[in-house]
Amino acid sequence: MRKNLEKYFRIDKLPHIWCPGCGHGIITGAVVRAIDNLKLDKDKICIVSGIGCSSRAPGYLNFNTLHTTHGRALAFATGLKLANPDLKVIVLTGDGDCTAIGGNHFIHACRRNIDITTVVFNNSIYGMTSGQYSPMTPAGAYATTAPYGNIDRNFDLCKLAQASGATYVARGTVYHVPQLIKIIEKALQHKGFSVVETVSICPTYFGRKNKMGSPVKMMEMLRDNSVTVKAAEKMSREELANKIVIGEFYEENAPEYTEEYKKIIQKAQGEE
Amino acid sequence: MTSKPRLMQGNEACVEGAIAAGMRFYAGYPITPSTEIAEIAAERLPKVGGKFIQMEDEIASMGAVIGASLAGLKAMTATSGPGFSLKQENLGFACLTEVPCVVVDVQRGGPSTGQPTMPAQGDVMQARWGTHGDHPIITLSPSYVREVFDMTIRAFNLSEKYRVPCILLMDEVVGHLRERVELPDPASIKVINRKRPDFSKIEQYNPYQDYDGDGVPPMVNFGEGVPYHVTGLIHDITGFPSTSPAVTEYLISRLMRKINDNLDDIIDYEKLYTEDAETVVVSFGSTARSAIRAAKILRKEGEKVGVLRLKTIWPFPHKAIQELAPTTKNIIVAEMNYGQLIEVVEASAKGRFNVIGLNKFNGELISPDEVIAKVREVNKNA
Repeated sequence: MRKNLEKYFRIDKLPHIWCPGCGHGIITGAVVRAIDNLKLDKDKICIVSGIGCSSRAPGYLNFNTLHTTHGRALAFATGLKLANPDLKVIVLTGDGDCTAIGGNHFIHACRRNIDITTVVFNNSIYGMTSGQYSPMTPAGAYATTAPYGNIDRNFDLCKLAQASGATYVARGTVYHVPQLIKIIEKALQHKGFSVVETVSICPTYFGRKNKMGSPVKMMEMLRDNSVTVKAAEKMSREELANKIVIGEFYEENAPEYTEEYKKIIQKAQGEE
Repeated sequence: MTSKPRLMQGNEACVEGAIAAGMRFYAGYPITPSTEIAEIAAERLPKVGGKFIQMEDEIASMGAVIGASLAGLKAMTATSGPGFSLKQENLGFACLTEVPCVVVDVQRGGPSTGQPTMPAQGDVMQARWGTHGDHPIITLSPSYVREVFDMTIRAFNLSEKYRVPCILLMDEVVGHLRERVELPDPASIKVINRKRPDFSKIEQYNPYQDYDGDGVPPMVNFGEGVPYHVTGLIHDITGFPSTSPAVTEYLISRLMRKINDNLDDIIDYEKLYTEDAETVVVSFGSTARSAIRAAKILRKEGEKVGVLRLKTIWPFPHKAIQELAPTTKNIIVAEMNYGQLIEVVEASAKGRFNVIGLNKFNGELISPDEVIAKVREVNKNA
């Protein structure tokens, strides 16, 4: 680890609990590098998570950290941010945490456009409970609860975020790290609700169940199957099947929730 | 100096009390018969610089309340039976992580959607054991509109003092009732704020260390320059997860101890005519008012009946039952449910008293006449 990054970690809590080959450490590292590059005030950062593999990340990070109930990170984060808009609130959540049990909170946080950055660790599986399918598991894939193949269709999280009102939406992978760091930096600087879906790898459960080979093979798969937003525009539906489209999808300046609420306070106090 | 008398609804008094206690954050989701609390909070809070948010559901509301409290604001939510059920997981989180907050439950008939507009007192046990696992909780139950005001302040004070969620268990009658109320002079209101660490004496801040030996760790709010970790997992004094049996036992014991060592401070009740009573009616909320009315009528007729009105339901005031006069033979537990509090009363009575239930669960309140009839029946059979 780079020496100047050590202050962002609770070194005494390492090593982490993630399996060998897991992509989550890369995402955590990217978040920390983005924070460092932007020189954000460490004491004002709150990192909030729900339950699952991804959600153990805050325990290793040396900020105000809050490990909440399953799926509810965004609800807790909304309270934190609205109560004290000076806080920089970052939610680290998994695909199951965010889109299944937390799906309702996710779309409503997008809709409100509250200034929170959400980084979704998408490894396409429930890792902590050992390999059940999530709403992000591709149709046809195998999981412990889909022994004959998954017939659920998976969300396109970026489309869902944009349609729900998020004002910065991007996707990266744990293979394309410099780009991921840049995206997270942009998300952190964006005023409003920003979503970064990060395609991660779970060799232990998703990879093994779906015969994807070693972690290295899974990383190569990310490399070989990713296309940029720009390239994707010129590709047909068939060509895009099974491809991971990465890059920035959407950016908009829209009224931010806590600032709008400040106006409510002014209005209410002016009328008195 | 008190304010000019005004006609005030229970739910309105609840918001006024909360603001007087320092509430500056409310997150909720509308549900009958608690909705006026959200509506009035939406109007009143921004006027005092506070924040109101209508969340997407009850679960989110409870989460937002905990987040806001960690960020340093006194926070509250209000709901009714079904919504209270949804809040339970996050309520347990607040118990374990010791985040002060107030949850108002204006009870309605249940189970399930039940009777939304009718009075009931069926959440007595939900208020105690609605969330999973062993945990501390404080539950207060008001009977009068002015008392709603005072008790909401008390709920915040106890919650802040002991770092425990405090439940204000109302019923539809008290929530919707309008009464003439004189509010106290704001300067006379005692407000308690969460204990802060004394950094001149502390080298290292451990968020769950019992520095003072009273079971209540001092609290730093997020963003104040002392970052720490909060988790719903069993944690050690540093706040980090632990699977150690010793750490687990210590934490749960401390959480229970901080309440159990302070019963005299937390428990409050009213006794009426109990000194020489042969029969005592134990009750709470709106039902207690019928019991008091009945006792006043019966006393005029020479019946030796008294009333024990519980203002604190949890922790349960066992001592108040055990200390009833030697003359007392019978206890009637009047409650608008099939019989929830009666089991706890029986446990404290330990066979010393005949414990009889007066229960109503049809969406109607228990009238003074029904209490009178029950007392007469009990006294005749005794």
